[in-house]
Amino acid sequence: MRTVVYQHPQALENISTHYCPGCTHGIAHRLIAEVIDELGIQEQTILVAPVGCAVFAYDYFTVDGVEAAHGRAPAMATGIKRSLPDRIVFTYQGDGDLAAIGTAEIIHAAARGENITTIFINNAIYGMTGGQMAPTSLPDQRTTSSPFGRNPAIAGNPIRMTELIAAIEGSAYVVRRSLHNVREIRKAKKAIKTAFRVQQAGLGFAMVELLSACPTNWGLSAPDALKWVEEHMVPYYPLGDYKVLDAVKALEDRE
Amino acid sequence: MTVQLLKGNVAIAEAAVRAGLEAYFGYPITPQTELLEHLSGRMVELGRVFVQAESEVAAINMVYGAACTGVRAMTSSSSPGVSLMQEGLSYIAASEVPCVVVDMMRGGPGLGNIQPSQADYFQVTRSAGHGDYHPIVLAPASVQEAIDLTFLAFDLADKYRHVVLLVGDGLIGQMMEPAEMPEMRPIRPRPDWAITGARGRSKHVITSINLTAEENEAANRRIQARLAVIRAHEQRSVEHYIEGARVLVIGFGTAGRVAQSAVKMAREAGIPVGLFRPVTLWPFPEDRLRALVDDGVEAIVVVEMNAGQMLEDVRLVVGREMPIALHSRLGGAVPLPEDILKDIVTVAQKLGLAGPETVR
Ligand SMILES: Cc1ncc(C[n+]2csc(CCOP(=O)(O)OP(=O)(O)O)c2C)c(N)n1
Ligand code: SF4
Repeated sequence: MRTVVYQHPQALENISTHYCPGCTHGIAHRLIAEVIDELGIQEQTILVAPVGCAVFAYDYFTVDGVEAAHGRAPAMATGIKRSLPDRIVFTYQGDGDLAAIGTAEIIHAAARGENITTIFINNAIYGMTGGQMAPTSLPDQRTTSSPFGRNPAIAGNPIRMTELIAAIEGSAYVVRRSLHNVREIRKAKKAIKTAFRVQQAGLGFAMVELLSACPTNWGLSAPDALKWVEEHMVPYYPLGDYKVLDAVKALEDRE
Repeated sequence: MTVQLLKGNVAIAEAAVRAGLEAYFGYPITPQTELLEHLSGRMVELGRVFVQAESEVAAINMVYGAACTGVRAMTSSSSPGVSLMQEGLSYIAASEVPCVVVDMMRGGPGLGNIQPSQADYFQVTRSAGHGDYHPIVLAPASVQEAIDLTFLAFDLADKYRHVVLLVGDGLIGQMMEPAEMPEMRPIRPRPDWAITGARGRSKHVITSINLTAEENEAANRRIQARLAVIRAHEQRSVEHYIEGARVLVIGFGTAGRVAQSAVKMAREAGIPVGLFRPVTLWPFPEDRLRALVDDGVEAIVVVEMNAGQMLEDVRLVVGREMPIALHSRLGGAVPLPEDILKDIVTVAQKLGLAGPETVR
């Protein structure tokens, strides 16, 4: 008997990505694609791509896609979902996109209980523009625009978006996961699947934050970057479920 | 169709519904809020999409998303809000999806006031956002024309997959006039380029990125080629008292309408003056204006509720030699027919077309 140990997900194009070696954007893409395959929703899913390193995400998924302006993905997704309520619409956004320029859009999409799914890649830095401070950069973290380390007295404090959005009436499923090891990656996939199922069931706004590595701009090797996520990011951004409506729990129980 | 007494903003909103508007997203701002209010009821009644967005930035990006799915989508605002929409307009234009935006202009810059103004002329005709393009801009001067141009706006947006702006001001939006409202049109089918989920076909992507200069230049050339077609086919204008006119008064929207009264008074006083009212601000109706000038116009009076923004387009058409007087009111002030008449008389007197005693 043969067992399949690896298969290329249908929902992913069979091409190599432009992401740096060791970048966890690729892992996040793969998890989403597997979920789309498992739920059988490839032909009804629409991706809203962000501005940031994932700006070309629509090149990698085999689903219909649109490209939003920086931070506006939740607004665009709202326009799409309202016009096509029976399709599955997801945004894929970095921390600059979602927690800086697009803060208003994500908070209000959640407040409206917009029936969309958001995958939030938190790598505590602006990757695409070359490593500037993000709203999620940690205190003392050195970036090209916080060369002495982020000083909250000057640069403000990091924002914990998951906690913020979980507090909003209208969000149905808001959780934080990490991509720094296999165990956490498995949990992340499960959460992504739930977030899509929440939308299928029409339960409201769902967001999965994924703590991610940016070895290039952190100036670390790929393994050290994963270690940095575990040792520095996880303590500041505790993993866990921050909002899970009972109706979502019922979904998960049926799983 | 029956004649009804209709308020401008409500008339535009209802016309949009009857033209097949499927998704509206907006944010309140005076003097256009009745548009949003009317649609908040009508769209829901009809099972269509209405969302009051958290900002104009969000509203135009919701329009962008909806337009990508192939529905007829619209937002409306006034000057400060349209400033915020510039980002989205640029992306929509680059992505070559259709949308309609209503701008009921008010006095600026800054918060200014809510009085009628035409000070967004540059903002709407030049590019409406960053990059190289012009939106199509339609400027009604009455409630009836606002209704008709709303239908046209959706048709042009679809035809050219382009941004169409309908610009008025508080006067057009707030006044009540008798007008005919066309019957409800059926919703048109979604176009085949739309983003709808890739069932039974290969995936569609709508994006405005073209990373290399070569790719982006090609995309820009495609947009420019389309603009050239629009320029050749969509110039529109209205004329009054044009027969034998040697002085031409040019004004759009409210200013054009007020100027019409002044031109009538001048004609009654025997001055050979006519009114030329651009209806498309972009493309500017240059072919017709050039023809009128060739027919013997010797001087022009431009009437605008701004500092002379449209005058620059007039100058481009008529050249440097043509004398042009500007009658301009700023910051929300509306010109008076008697004041415009004085300028017409002065110009006519200089040309020997009116005696010193023409108008008291
Ligand atoms: C309106 C606007 N402002 C700024 C930029 C420049 N910009 C591009 S990507 C980016 C930051 C992206 O960071 P993030 O969202 O965290 O994603 P990452 O690249 O780290 O994956 C910025 C500021 C832009 N494209 N548009
Ligand atoms: S810059 Fe950072 S986030 Fe961007 S692809 Fe490279 S490693 Fe990934």
